[in-house]
Amino acid sequence: MIEERFDAIVVGAGMAGNAAALTMARKGMKVLQLERGEYAGSKNVQGAILYADMLEKLIPEFREDAPLERHLVEQRFWIMDDRSHVGLHYRSEDFNEERANRYTIIRAQFDRWFSSKVREAGATVLCETTVTDLAQDAYGRVIGVRTDRQDGEIHADVVVLAEGVNGLLGTRARLRERPKPNKVALAVKEMHFLPRETIEARFNLSGDEGVVIEAAGTISGGMTGMGFIYANKECISLGIGCLVADFQRTGRTPYELLDHFKRHPSVAPLIEGSEVKEYSAHLIPEGGYKAIPQLYGDGWVVVGDAAQLNNAIHREGSNLAMTSGRIAAEAIFQMKSRRLGMTAENLALYKRMLDRSFVLKDMKKYKDMPRLMHTNSQNFFLTYPQLISKAMQTYLRVDGTPKSEKQKSTLKSFVNARSWIGLFGDAFRFARAWR
Amino acid sequence: MVERSVRVEDKLFCNRYLVDAGRPHIKVRAHTKPSPQLLALLKACPARCYDLNDKGQVEVTVDGCMECGTCRVIGEPTGDIEWSYPRGGYGVLFKFG
Repeated sequence: MIEERFDAIVVGAGMAGNAAALTMARKGMKVLQLERGEYAGSKNVQGAILYADMLEKLIPEFREDAPLERHLVEQRFWIMDDRSHVGLHYRSEDFNEERANRYTIIRAQFDRWFSSKVREAGATVLCETTVTDLAQDAYGRVIGVRTDRQDGEIHADVVVLAEGVNGLLGTRARLRERPKPNKVALAVKEMHFLPRETIEARFNLSGDEGVVIEAAGTISGGMTGMGFIYANKECISLGIGCLVADFQRTGRTPYELLDHFKRHPSVAPLIEGSEVKEYSAHLIPEGGYKAIPQLYGDGWVVVGDAAQLNNAIHREGSNLAMTSGRIAAEAIFQMKSRRLGMTAENLALYKRMLDRSFVLKDMKKYKDMPRLMHTNSQNFFLTYPQLISKAMQTYLRVDGTPKSEKQKSTLKSFVNARSWIGLFGDAFRFARAWR
Repeated sequence: MVERSVRVEDKLFCNRYLVDAGRPHIKVRAHTKPSPQLLALLKACPARCYDLNDKGQVEVTVDGCMECGTCRVIGEPTGDIEWSYPRGGYGVLFKFG
């Protein structure tokens, strides 16, 4: 048993946990952070895009020494069918700014750096330590944790659960529900290594410029899901994710889906000749606002993916994690400095602060989107991409057919596939969920 | 859709693991006939940790497990599997993540 008592224990050294531990340690609190991996980041998987603004709020000078890959100058969104893609590309010289807005990163390297900042701030970081249970008193108040390291408990005034999407502690202690198959996506990813010049030539980049490609369509075979391709310095992160419930329903395997995506004629040339150095898998919270659990209680708060804080529409998660971790830490520090107990009543401040931030405002905006996407996956991820591709091809192919006939046949194909009522219904539902 | 079979073993080969021999972190409940949830794991597990034995029962070998939790989400609510994280330091070690 560790006799020492801590002001706060942070479980997990991902984005949320590091943000929380750093914030509290800098304010002079006695912080213990526990991480089950060999080092911070060794268990973490992400695409991965880093949003600078949210990190700047924690480490303003991060660009000096953080392991960043490329700053993003271009965003592509592809709607794909089996042989083609319709793309929306946005590229701007404005993104070549001194303090770039978004970067690609490699999480294992980034988290290790982030963790070094947490240590510098004075937190005790203990790796290779799996927390097995929350310690609770007779009234159910969380008073600390139990780990696989030694018998007994480690006590603290408050425990910050930054244990990730598949966090066991909160569910074991019945503080929140286990994620459900229709509320989480399984993403698989590969790291494709290529010479730097090859990546820059294939993606039309120079220097440290980077590109992001997000892709949806028949690549997910009618399941709710998306593919992604991110250019790093000397490798390409390539992956695809779909709802676990959809994998369960269809019997499709994640690795075959990934291979299918890699063989797509729009994708294959980008990774041709590459060496794959890692294959990883991770769950992504997709339940949206309505899946957010109780965020605080007596002696505990939950942050990041463990709290289902992920904006699936905008592909933002790590910035919500960092922000929720920081805000939780600030709320805890307020209690500490006012000598108030870490009770549910007092820690409700965390939720109130989160409500006022972009985190819950953005989550709330899209509260109806997950259900729309999850219940109409055949239309949004199969039928429409096929129709759009066909319409584009009809439009572009010059074959002597009068334009008015082309337009009629395109319209007819949409109406045949979805009917007028279906088309208007889909548009209306989409617009309402987006509003 | 025609899918060529993919050897997931080849993919896992490039990953680093520290296997905690004799202490699997996932256990399958003893059964004679597998439930639909258990059968779903044969396909849904991205590391193909689940397989059928000679008697048609579902078995798990956690050596290649990437600790994503997909099987927990599907198989834990029905009691078909027991899920824990590996002991500290053991399991998959991502170089890139």
